[in-house]
Amino acid sequence: MLLNIKDLHVSINGKEILKGFNLGVNKGEVHAIMGPNGTGKSTLAAAITGREGYEITQGEIEYKGKDIEDLSPDERANEGIFLSFQYPVEIPGVSMTNFMRTAINAQREYRGEESIPAGEFLKKMEEKKNLVDIHSKLTKRSVNEGFSGGEKKKNEIFQMAMLEPMLAILDETDSGLDIDALKVVARGVNALRSDENAFVIITHYQRLLDYIEPDFVHVMWDGRIVKSGGKRLALELEEKGYDWVKELY
Amino acid sequence: MLTIDKKYSKLESVLFDHYVANKNDLNSSCQPGVSDEREKAFNFFKETGLPVNKDEKWRNSLLPKHYGQSYTFDTSPVIYDKAAGEIFDCVIHGYSAHILPMLNGWYYSSSKESMQILEDGVIAGSILTAQKEYPELFEKHFGKIADFQKDGFTATNTALFRDGVFIYVPDNVIVKNAIQLLMMVNRDDRLLMNSRNLIILGKNSKLDFMHCDDSINHDSSFINTLTEIYLDENASLDLYKLQNINDETTLLNNTFIYQEKDSRSKVAVLTLNGGKIRNEIDVDLHGEGAESDLNGIYLMDKKQHVDNQVFVRHSVPNCYSNELFKGVLDDEASAIFNGHIYVAKDAQKTNAFQRNNNILMTPEASIDTMPFLEIYADDVKCSHGATVGQLDEDAMFYMMQRGISKQDARLLLMYAFASEVTSKISIDPLRISVEDMIKRRLRGELSICEKCVLHCSVPDKPIEFEIDMSKI
Repeated sequence: MLLNIKDLHVSINGKEILKGFNLGVNKGEVHAIMGPNGTGKSTLAAAITGREGYEITQGEIEYKGKDIEDLSPDERANEGIFLSFQYPVEIPGVSMTNFMRTAINAQREYRGEESIPAGEFLKKMEEKKNLVDIHSKLTKRSVNEGFSGGEKKKNEIFQMAMLEPMLAILDETDSGLDIDALKVVARGVNALRSDENAFVIITHYQRLLDYIEPDFVHVMWDGRIVKSGGKRLALELEEKGYDWVKELY
Repeated sequence: MLTIDKKYSKLESVLFDHYVANKNDLNSSCQPGVSDEREKAFNFFKETGLPVNKDEKWRNSLLPKHYGQSYTFDTSPVIYDKAAGEIFDCVIHGYSAHILPMLNGWYYSSSKESMQILEDGVIAGSILTAQKEYPELFEKHFGKIADFQKDGFTATNTALFRDGVFIYVPDNVIVKNAIQLLMMVNRDDRLLMNSRNLIILGKNSKLDFMHCDDSINHDSSFINTLTEIYLDENASLDLYKLQNINDETTLLNNTFIYQEKDSRSKVAVLTLNGGKIRNEIDVDLHGEGAESDLNGIYLMDKKQHVDNQVFVRHSVPNCYSNELFKGVLDDEASAIFNGHIYVAKDAQKTNAFQRNNNILMTPEASIDTMPFLEIYADDVKCSHGATVGQLDEDAMFYMMQRGISKQDARLLLMYAFASEVTSKISIDPLRISVEDMIKRRLRGELSICEKCVLHCSVPDKPIEFEIDMSKI
């Protein structure tokens, strides 16, 4: 199993947000995690990626068969965990190109590989930009600075394509996207799907799942999964609304 | 030896005594006009002494706390049996500047050529020689731009200066390569030096000037530099101050710029290292259409202290000024920024902007930022802003989530913060060189260079997070 979360309890400032969360993800699978706001979906993403301030009080996150609690965020990233941020951060003064090259070289160094040759890097940039319809002008700008909402989300998928993670977590990547941008994002994800990687897609709406077909759908409520099923579950949720989930709880 | 009642500090006594004992020697190589200025400035100092923390513009300065220290003076230049190029081994990679070397406060020339006429009639060399050989040019401007009554340091600089550089650019001359002033000290006996520079740009002329203050050793010294700059109509000056002195040294760098109609000044103060540094920039926009763009970056750590005092006087209508000073303060470092914009009564249509941003890396680091707008005209656009913050935690996590180590993420953020200032450097080789130095400084690899500050222009290992798309 690539990711195995067992009885996870996570607190922020002493307040428990995740209350016994369980999830198993195998290579080649796409899992959708749905649920209303405030049920702990983003906390889950933060806990897996190792964000400071998210304290694991009980349970564990196993990735590639090992507990990752002691790994720093950059180590987890270099082990192949990628998060597409709900709110991508603007970093004035750091160009996209420098940022990507630094990230790729950090990953290579972690694996004991040589730095990426300039030519190879640029070729890869070109290829992945085309995948998500990113304009060349954007990669010359500072990271996310002055990007529209859609451009920021496409940029997340672009970075994912560049870094080729084993486990990609997409946190509300569909929020704020128009249908065209949504299709582009979905096309990016579908192109990267393989038997060697897995996706956890956190979303509020069923809409994105029309374009990225999940193998499993989980519904979260109050810090844990209350119902799991196949892709039909998403449709059922869309139809019945989240009040239906509350009744399950 | 003191003849009046005023209670002097040790430093004040040293300055006082030195003037009294060396008056004849100081004046022996000067024109009568200069001697008169010295005497007047000394009398002013005698009355006022050095500035104290009670004085408005010295409120949080650390300098007055060290007036108890004693210093020595250098009364004659030492000429080594070496060409200037061997001592001042400072080059900007890929760039050749005309170098004006100053050693221990003296213009350094082994060949006795203390003045040179460069291409297109540009004059550059020792200020002592200039006042003799070009008395008209000299007297027209010397002491007219800087007021020795500003404070005890401008006064003692005027009274005690030994040497300095003089540059004259004739009308309509565009100076191709920059002129670079290299100020070095290699003494180990607490040298106090006063150096004085005068730079005159004729109508429609253009000059890039670099003023480098650098330490060769780790010994204490006190450098009091005063530079007067005159920009005639439509003249254009790019002034770069590169400061990389040791932690024991105190540097007082006063620059006075007087601007005629349509002239432009662009100043970048790049403070990479130093014990106690005070930069004063005083710009008088005296002709309509004059512009001044004043930028600074300071990167301090340990117990270092830097103080940027910027005063822009809009004397006439339709002038523009912009100030951008940014700093990163680590450990227990402290900084002061005081931006004073003065808009005279009739200086309508003034545009004056000011910004000071700071990053404090530790709770012990401090910044005292004081914007001060004094506006007597009613049709003006002025703004000021100051921020003090820590590194953006969200940006840090974002970068780490992409695999970048915490240390590199910090460096990238600090470097990006500084780049808003460095990107304004218009001489490419200098910009690249400064950016390399900043990276090394931020990595803690650059405390002081063995020789010139620009010694670091060719880093011994490539800087990883840089890729220049234009060169591939």
